Amino acid sequence: MAENVTPRVRVPSEASAGEAITIKTLISHLMESGQRKDSDGNVIPRAIINRFVVDFNGENVIDVALAPAISTNPFFEFQAFVPESGTFNFTWYDDDGSVYEESKEITVA
Amino acid sequence: MKLTRRATILAAMGTAFVAVLPMRATAAADAAIADFTGGAAPGANGITLTAPEIAENGNTVPIEVSAPGATEIRVYAAGNPTPDVATFLFGPLAAAQMASTRIRLAGTQHVVAVAKMADGSFAEVRQEVKVTIGGCGG
Repeated sequence: MAENVTPRVRVPSEASAGEAITIKTLISHLMESGQRKDSDGNVIPRAIINRFVVDFNGENVIDVALAPAISTNPFFEFQAFVPESGTFNFTWYDDDGSVYEESKEITVA
Repeated sequence: MKLTRRATILAAMGTAFVAVLPMRATAAADAAIADFTGGAAPGANGITLTAPEIAENGNTVPIEVSAPGATEIRVYAAGNPTPDVATFLFGPLAAAQMASTRIRLAGTQHVVAVAKMADGSFAEVRQEVKVTIGGCGG
């Protein structure tokens, strides 16, 4: 597992039914592109997060495939519908097989 | 200016060099786009790409893509060592077919976004981003 991987997610705590809400996510990760070389001229192997998935109560919101051209500490902003109260599940998949997860509750008034 | 043989050849070489350089860089991206669209020519309407005209640091360039009614948006960087940047698949709970993120650009180049619409058609938009410091290391 890559070191110091911390997911951070911003979701409003409340929404009205059917409202479009904006979600921002950031995960601290080096996203080593596989293009860089160390001081001895050896290529540093690629180590990135290659997939990011957001689900709400089991239904998909967005599914992103990431290439090495995504910056260090991948940031995403997108919009989601909230039909009822429930939980957003955020999942990041690392090249090395690690899976990072985060979830956020939202209440529909 | 008197047009000597030497000057003519030099000028021709310069023009050829300038013309060939961006074409070679975009060939990989065009191949990737053709692969995605299945060879169909993408339209120009229905997709917007927001990117800065000048990015000081190629390591983190903020971009935003939006294509109402799209099921999938792919982003390519035509001048990067590998053109793929990201693929966004929108699920049933996506309120808008938009996303923003931060990308790496190796140098001044075109960023291309291609959307696959729900009816199976494609839309493409490209924008040039000038990069002062490249973002791919050395």
